Amino acid sequence: MADLEQFRTETRSWLEANCPPEMREPVRGEDDIYWGGRRATFKNDAQKAWLEACIAKGYTVPMWPKEYGGAGLSAPQAKVLREEMGRINARPPLSSFGIWMLGPALLHFGTDGQKQRFLNEIARGEIRWCQGYSEPGSGSDLVSLQTFGEDKGDHWVVNGQKIWTSYADHADWIFCLVRTDKADKYQGITFMLFDMASEGVTTKPILLISGSSPFCETFFDNVAVPKSYGDDVPAYVGTINRGWDVAKYLLGHEREMISGADGGERAAAIGAMMKRHAAKLGDDLDPVLRAELAQFDVDALAYAAMGEKFLDEIKVGKAHPAQPNMMKYAGTELNKRRHELMMAVGGSRSLEWESEATEGGKPSRNWLRTKANSIEGGTSEVMLNVIAKRILDLPGA
Amino acid sequence: MPLYHNEDQAMLADTARGFIAEEGNIAKQLRHWRDRNCKDGFGHALWKQMAEMGFTGMLVEEADGGLGMGHVEAGIVLEEIGRNLTPSPFLTSSVLAATALKHGSADLKGRYLPGLIAGDSVFAVAIDETAKHRPSRITTRAEKSGNGFRLNGAKSFVIQGASADMIVVAARTSGSDEDADGITLFAVPKDAAGMSHDSVRLVDSSMATHTKFEGVELDGDAVIGEIDGGRAVLDAMLIAGRVGAAAEGVGVARGAMDMTVDYLKQRKQFGKLIGEFQALQHRASHLYSEVEIARAATIKAQQLLDGGSAHADLMASVAKAKVAKTARLAVQEGVQMHGGIGMTDEYDIGLYMKRDRALAEFLGDATFHANRVAELSGY
Ligand SMILES: Cc1cc2nc3c(=O)[nH]c(=O)nc-3n(C[C@H](O)[C@H](O)[C@H](O)COP(=O)(O)OP(=O)(O)OC[C@H]3O[C@@H](n4cnc5c(N)ncnc54)[C@H](O)[C@@H]3O)c2cc1C
Ligand SMILES: Cc1cc2nc3c(=O)[nH]c(=O)nc-3n(C[C@H](O)[C@H](O)[C@H](O)COP(=O)(O)OP(=O)(O)OC[C@H]3O[C@@H](n4cnc5c(N)ncnc54)[C@H](O)[C@@H]3O)c2cc1C
Repeated sequence: MADLEQFRTETRSWLEANCPPEMREPVRGEDDIYWGGRRATFKNDAQKAWLEACIAKGYTVPMWPKEYGGAGLSAPQAKVLREEMGRINARPPLSSFGIWMLGPALLHFGTDGQKQRFLNEIARGEIRWCQGYSEPGSGSDLVSLQTFGEDKGDHWVVNGQKIWTSYADHADWIFCLVRTDKADKYQGITFMLFDMASEGVTTKPILLISGSSPFCETFFDNVAVPKSYGDDVPAYVGTINRGWDVAKYLLGHEREMISGADGGERAAAIGAMMKRHAAKLGDDLDPVLRAELAQFDVDALAYAAMGEKFLDEIKVGKAHPAQPNMMKYAGTELNKRRHELMMAVGGSRSLEWESEATEGGKPSRNWLRTKANSIEGGTSEVMLNVIAKRILDLPGA
Repeated sequence: MPLYHNEDQAMLADTARGFIAEEGNIAKQLRHWRDRNCKDGFGHALWKQMAEMGFTGMLVEEADGGLGMGHVEAGIVLEEIGRNLTPSPFLTSSVLAATALKHGSADLKGRYLPGLIAGDSVFAVAIDETAKHRPSRITTRAEKSGNGFRLNGAKSFVIQGASADMIVVAARTSGSDEDADGITLFAVPKDAAGMSHDSVRLVDSSMATHTKFEGVELDGDAVIGEIDGGRAVLDAMLIAGRVGAAAEGVGVARGAMDMTVDYLKQRKQFGKLIGEFQALQHRASHLYSEVEIARAATIKAQQLLDGGSAHADLMASVAKAKVAKTARLAVQEGVQMHGGIGMTDEYDIGLYMKRDRALAEFLGDATFHANRVAELSGY
């Protein structure tokens, strides 16, 4: 306990010295967060300085072991760091699917060679990864996927199509589910890692209802994937044909990320902010809207407590292994409600799609973006199915 | 501090779960006393057993003979009370009155705490004056009279008022009805002349009173805390009580949910277990999710309260509001998913519905506390 207080003091002064003031401003758009990768550029010097300071300290991935680019923090220490960053509103120095999805899967299933190479690259933001799971015919029913890797001895030849691949056009590498045995549905998938610059990989952006195109169709046309990238660095995670286990494990982490369990903006109450926003627009909240905001704030603050409890428990193995599904369901439904209310308070102002006052239609575009929260990473209905089966143990679920 | 029970608390939870399931279960307590039309609505023998378990004085400081535990621990006991619908004076006596007495004189503590700790005494609290909880308005008056006070007014929804050996009464000693200041708390003994109870049985079979105070003469040493400065004690008592009621509500919600999920695994219709129907699965999963969140909010409020945090008041209202809505959902889904037998007195699920209704009303319902969350947040 005393050690933890000491750590808090140290962390506070380290943050004071290293987190530039610009990095303590609220996140307004996607480019306010650095996502890393070979082709990434910094928005400003502060973003670069903040990332470099965090890399040096291991704070882009605080709980990972030091040898893989982390700081080796314990769960209580990581909580202190999160609290202290939250206190000064510090932005995450780096965000990526590598940190949230592939990293945890490699820590669990990877060889030491894979960890040395890929985790360090992720921690330093050098390689940006994308996720090749969904296919046109395989969404919720992911295990029916058809993209096929033909075994050619020392390599596979991969053919097929992925869809909804977020940031595939910005990514350097892909972690990809590929069928390697057509006879066995569950034990015929391999979790492969390969370079998006490989010959035969093409991406085609898809325009979303929010007007941006953060995801793509991804095509594989005779892509040669070597089975190994060197000593102890296989091109697949876990075992060949047993990639489904890795895929499911990773989904738990993806769902945890999308749930917003780590709080910040998404977990917070909005009523007071909405009252100020209404006042700026020359209005007061009407009583029924105020009541809806109050009900929302109750749910949001309760969910923030749940997020804290969930993270505390999952770090020490106390959470039910299927609990990320519950978190994802509740967190994303809450976030959709949050943006419905924000749109309501904004009235006709929030309908503006391109105005300066809305910084290019942020309210409506963000509102539309949240509708994907309960679809991406597994839909709400699928989450409810999983809870029924794995937690409530209901028959036939 | 991590937001889950530490080892000692987990042990206490095991003990409380076992003990209350054994001794405080629905057949042994709620139905037993209800079917005998018991005028107390609870069993004194169980109260005595709770004392032997160390529950009755858990919030009382060690220096005063108690266990000096916190609201996390009290919440553990309350959750089991809720799960078993155990009628008992625990919430009013060991949480609300005990919190008030923390602010009392050594003399008051000496007079009342030993009886509480031993499970010989039962206390009640008299706060509400109208049919809805509205502690900002207090019209019951206590006027100076000799060395003491003369109390006039009326209170309602005094849980176990007629059984209580002492009632903590919030009265106005100065100012007008809506003033924050000018409140004083009194420990009114059961035999006080001029105090009369009109006992009513509530929907959940608990007993409450409409209590009248007609020229009740009180000694000066019946005052708990400061004269005219009772609002702070009242607030402390209310926060503790709300967090406690939230914990009990979590127990009610979990009890109803578990019973319902079990039923889904037994009842067959259309040649299938009804738990196989996705329409019911999704509703059960949604309920599970809400119950988990309500419980997290409640434990957070308990920890904040034990840590003396300034946010405890806000979180107490968050927890009370969230639990009220969640337990309501649990009992409604529970009765519905039981079909026709859910409507019968023979099945326990309906008893959960009744208890939820009464408990949610106690110390402010879901909308009262949502409104409070808005006010405390500045809108
Ligand atoms: C913004 C965004 C980003 C994404 N990023 C990626 C990515 O980077 N990589 C990737 O691989 N994928 C990504 N996805 C894809 C995402 O994982 C899928 O959209 C999701 O799994 C749902 O699949 P689907 O779209 O085929 O819908 P479907 O599976 O066709 O579902 C249609 C509807 O049917 C319901 N449904 C389906 N099965 C059941 C059932 N058993 N019981 C009840 N209801 C059911 C669903 O809940 C849904 O409401 C992304 C999606 C979005 C929206
Ligand atoms: C007050 C009262 C008066 C009544 N009076 C009469 C009367 O006069 N005469 C008479 O004959 N009957 C009467 N009934 C019986 C009533 O019609 C039945 O209770 C009702 O049809 C439900 O059947 P059940 O109770 O067996 O519930 P079940 O069929 O066992 O249902 C249990 C739960 O499972 C759900 N469920 C069942 N099948 C499905 C499915 N396929 N998909 C999704 N969910 C499902 C139900 O909706 C319910 O929530 C009365 C019932 C009550 C409560």
